[in-house]
Amino acid sequence: MVAHAQTIHKQRHPLLAFAARWLFTTNHKEIGTLYLWLSFGLFFIAGSMAMLMRLELFEPGIQFIDPIFYNQVLTLHGLLMVFGVVMPAFVGLANWQIPMMIGAPDMALPRMNNFSFWLLPFAFAMLLSTIFMEGGAPNFGWTFYAPLSTTYGPPSTDFFILGVHLMGISSIMGAINIIVTIINMRAPGMTYMKMPLFVWTWLITAFLLIMVMPVLAGVVTMMLTDRHFGTSFFDAAGGGDPVMFQHIFWFFGHPEVYIMILPGFGIASQIIPTFARKKLFGYRSMVYATISIAVLSFVVWGHHMFTTGMPLFAELLIMYLTMLIAVPTGVKVFNWVATMWRGSMTFETPMLFAIGFVMMFTIGGFSGLMLALVPADFQYHDTYFVVAHFHYVLYPGAIFGTMAAVYYWLPKWCGNMYDERLGKIHFWLATIAVNLTFFPMHFTGLAGMPRRIPDYSLQFTDFNRMSSMGAWLLGLTQVLFLYIVIKAIRKGAKATDQVWEGAEGLEWTIPSPAPLHTFQTPPIIAEDAVH
Amino acid sequence: MTSLAGGLKSGLCVLIVWSVPHAALASKFNMRPGITEMSVRVQQIHQMGLWVCIIIGLLVFGVMFYSMFAHRRSRNPVPATFSESLTVEIIWTLVPILILVAMAIPATTALRDIEDNEDSDMTVLITASQWKWHYKYLDSGISFYSNIATPQEQIDNLEPKGEYYLLEVDNPLVLPTNKKIRFLVTADDVIHSWWLPDFAVKQDAIPGFINEAWTRIPVTGIFRGQCAELCGLKHAYMPIVVDVRPEAEFDAWIESQRIAAELAGEAAVAARAKTWTMNELLTIGEATFVKHCATCHERDGMGQGDKYPALSGSEIATGAIEDHLSRVMEGKADTEMQAWAPQLSDLEIAAVITYERNSWNNNTDDIIQPITVYEAR
Repeated sequence: MVAHAQTIHKQRHPLLAFAARWLFTTNHKEIGTLYLWLSFGLFFIAGSMAMLMRLELFEPGIQFIDPIFYNQVLTLHGLLMVFGVVMPAFVGLANWQIPMMIGAPDMALPRMNNFSFWLLPFAFAMLLSTIFMEGGAPNFGWTFYAPLSTTYGPPSTDFFILGVHLMGISSIMGAINIIVTIINMRAPGMTYMKMPLFVWTWLITAFLLIMVMPVLAGVVTMMLTDRHFGTSFFDAAGGGDPVMFQHIFWFFGHPEVYIMILPGFGIASQIIPTFARKKLFGYRSMVYATISIAVLSFVVWGHHMFTTGMPLFAELLIMYLTMLIAVPTGVKVFNWVATMWRGSMTFETPMLFAIGFVMMFTIGGFSGLMLALVPADFQYHDTYFVVAHFHYVLYPGAIFGTMAAVYYWLPKWCGNMYDERLGKIHFWLATIAVNLTFFPMHFTGLAGMPRRIPDYSLQFTDFNRMSSMGAWLLGLTQVLFLYIVIKAIRKGAKATDQVWEGAEGLEWTIPSPAPLHTFQTPPIIAEDAVH
Repeated sequence: MTSLAGGLKSGLCVLIVWSVPHAALASKFNMRPGITEMSVRVQQIHQMGLWVCIIIGLLVFGVMFYSMFAHRRSRNPVPATFSESLTVEIIWTLVPILILVAMAIPATTALRDIEDNEDSDMTVLITASQWKWHYKYLDSGISFYSNIATPQEQIDNLEPKGEYYLLEVDNPLVLPTNKKIRFLVTADDVIHSWWLPDFAVKQDAIPGFINEAWTRIPVTGIFRGQCAELCGLKHAYMPIVVDVRPEAEFDAWIESQRIAAELAGEAAVAARAKTWTMNELLTIGEATFVKHCATCHERDGMGQGDKYPALSGSEIATGAIEDHLSRVMEGKADTEMQAWAPQLSDLEIAAVITYERNSWNNNTDDIIQPITVYEAR
């Protein structure tokens, strides 16, 4: 099969052969690479948008971008980061790692895998092209609340709707593929309770995806018919209900939040035991905690909507359920700390990012707990306190988790070690910058600065300047990350098969770099082996 | 190691500074207690949540940092082998539950009181539209619009910014002290959110819904807030100012507003009777245009892209007067161009149309008199 593919490539122009290889590939490793590079590219685009916003927010007054463009950049930044950066990065990691970690030769549905990736570049090209359209890009925030996005949305909203549909189809197919792979293709002897936690968290994430992405598809379709086919789902003047939009959106949106963090939990659970040279503490409770978080994520969507005029009973119920999420989340953090406890730790770059992930995700978790207290939420809601909260769980959470995973598995993928010294510099710069950017946002939010504004009153100036400087540093820091990754791919010390002294798992039993096809004969997992 | 200890120390400093209940610091670093009984309770709940998080954070991060120091390979070359303990799992599941229950109790009682809108002394209907607030005192029938008062020159950095940049309005909401005031909150177009931090009141203004909130203000003073829900182009420019006065002064103010409304009615009658000159109308028209129209159409009449069209040379502003009049009075459905008939006087509408038809590249020489507007109503 490999030889056959090569003879075909030989007859073509090298550029054509290159395009054909990546366009038609059904190999999980190559598709994983495609996902990761797409995510990386969009990370820089969406990150530049953040830096542009921070430029405007450096001082009160309008200096660089006017409000009309600010709202478009704000919307695209959120949409791209959620759907174009975090989700494809995690799917890319899943593609690379899940077959290697469960001893499978490939994903269960390789052609669908190809299709679900190749939908994405078109979806994002379409979304980005709206900037150049008449009336500008979508300008209603990534949450696209009706009626701002329906009755008052720019014409490009329809491209946004189609784009969301394509991303949704891609995500659903990707999730089905992951579920089918994990259920059917585990190596003989690998029972569920022996699966690595990264695989476990992704299995749960995939179930969340197939449950909520259709809901997102539903809500954008209702928008479309409201805009063009005379329905009034969300139009009060036609008997519809703008609040229903928020219920449907957040029924998708809250599990989506966990979709963007659960694989990160899995990554931390792989890396911390490796560098503590000690088995993960409380494997079973980690699995149960993740399942509990996933189940609870379906019943707390209302905490995004406390100010919409909910009845007291609903507010109380949702407050209690939301606070309850702190319990399984706390269990996870305690288990990570217990894993470190009395281990024999070294602090290579993946470990640094994993510890940064645990600590700063926890800070985001704390502000999440505060946000659950409804009376206080009335003051926090739609302020920079919320912006600080979700950036703490997403940047040092999801993004640091992804970076930890890249440093951890990159030697396995490309066969070379990355530059450890540069990796550590990257970690420290990113950690300083991320806190300089997002910590002051707690203060501006508590002091009363609303979110999603291009201009603010004078008392918020100092902290906004800090955030802006942090954001530019943070953006530049990621150029260093790009350099480190490219440098490792091109050259660097040869990685051993084991790569990390304390690493355990099937992926470390195959050569570095991992050959295109692995585990064509499944490995046998011993009866007495543990996860 | 120094970097770890240093990091810990600076982290502690930030947390301590954050939580110091010093008034000057608190206004900048922390949620302010506000001025109502309820806003103080809300701030206490916030402070409780913050302390719980700080204490748990210090414990967990303390253990982590100690472990990173003591259980690094150079100090602890042989790792322990334990990896499970049902007892500790149960402990660290149950203890957080107890802490959460303790936190939920004050939050529940406060919430029950916040949602008790019964027995109010007076009611204000707050109607949001892009990008202004409309207040109506349902007990006395007084109503008015409240627009941002910060000049565009300050926003464009052409003039130094004032002390209350973006937090000042032309007509503040005037309220009395020591009365239970019920707010009914709704919107005409998109979702907005009426937020006054010092009262701890934030209520979404949703078209088709009327939401309730209430406050009781013990002290007089000027209090400021902003719209808190993204509502389009000028979301940042939708401030809220509340002027709280003693009850007697408030009653006098209501009376003066009633008289002012009567006088405005008389002035409107007088305006209709008069034939205005071009220059008079242009002066009034320019002021009206700058205050209400320039937000979208820009002062030079060039608009902002396709969504906010240019008036200079536009079909409407140079075409039939009737079309121009009806567009201004009735607005354009499903766009930010709202109906101005309920918001502006006959004179203002006549003046602004005259201004638009005779400014920039528009030279129609048309003059519209208030009586024309009155008859079109």
